[in-house]
Amino acid sequence: MFSRILTSGLIAGAAAGLIAALLQLYFVQPVLLHAELYESGQLIHFGAEAVSAHPETGAIDWTRDLLSVLFTMLVYAGYGLMLVALMSLAEGNGHEVTARQGLIWGLAGYVTMQLAPAFGLAPEVPGVAAADVQLRAFWWLGTALATGVALWLIAFGRNWAAWGAAIILILAPHLIGAPQPDAFEGTVPPELSAEFAGRALGTGLMAWTLLGLFSAWLWQRAGQTQAAPAHA
Amino acid sequence: MSARTAQISAGRQSALLPAVLALAIGFGMVFVAGLVQAETLHDAAHDTRHATGFPCH
Repeated sequence: MFSRILTSGLIAGAAAGLIAALLQLYFVQPVLLHAELYESGQLIHFGAEAVSAHPETGAIDWTRDLLSVLFTMLVYAGYGLMLVALMSLAEGNGHEVTARQGLIWGLAGYVTMQLAPAFGLAPEVPGVAAADVQLRAFWWLGTALATGVALWLIAFGRNWAAWGAAIILILAPHLIGAPQPDAFEGTVPPELSAEFAGRALGTGLMAWTLLGLFSAWLWQRAGQTQAAPAHA
Repeated sequence: MSARTAQISAGRQSALLPAVLALAIGFGMVFVAGLVQAETLHDAAHDTRHATGFPCH
């Protein structure tokens, strides 16, 4: 059972992570590099002169981009392991997990790990003002945990006590509120910040739906291989 | 206890430990790549953290 979870989760995660990394390099990284020109002071927003919206962001840094690919694959491999572990629990409780249902699992994972935290802490481009990083990490983790448990209760709960608890868990982190900066002292134009948040959430949605699909498909496939009688 | 309930109950027990272990490992990977603030790790994972929506710096 454990090796079935491990192989399905890691392979699905690495594949979805590679796709996520390529999407990020193409769609997100140019916005990030552009913003870093403002973060470092090479460009100044609302300075004496208007600044071109299409500056030169420099040559491709292969080491930097390769590290990003590796770490994105690592993050998604972790997501994949958690997703398949939960699929195995659902199956143990008598719920079928098909590849098609994997799409919904992926969407639920996306809401848990990206959309719900982003509702309070939008994906942050370098050079914007933000509260203390430890406080934000704490809120981020709490929000992901509460949302994940809530979605499980919505999917597998059988009565209004479970669904009511789910509603409270989904709303609580946002009623409490994410840590916000004391003053807005960011140097990056709001246009870039908004573009970055949209792109980060969009690539996340694409990668997570694929992660759900790959995870469920591989999990089913590994189960069939295990259940099939050995050919002598 | 019906056959189906017995089957589900057995499935639940045998599934719990491996699932908890995989959840812990998966969470550890996400935590290290996404949230640990050690400087080297932060610098190497910097772009991934921003693009994936983790709080970065």
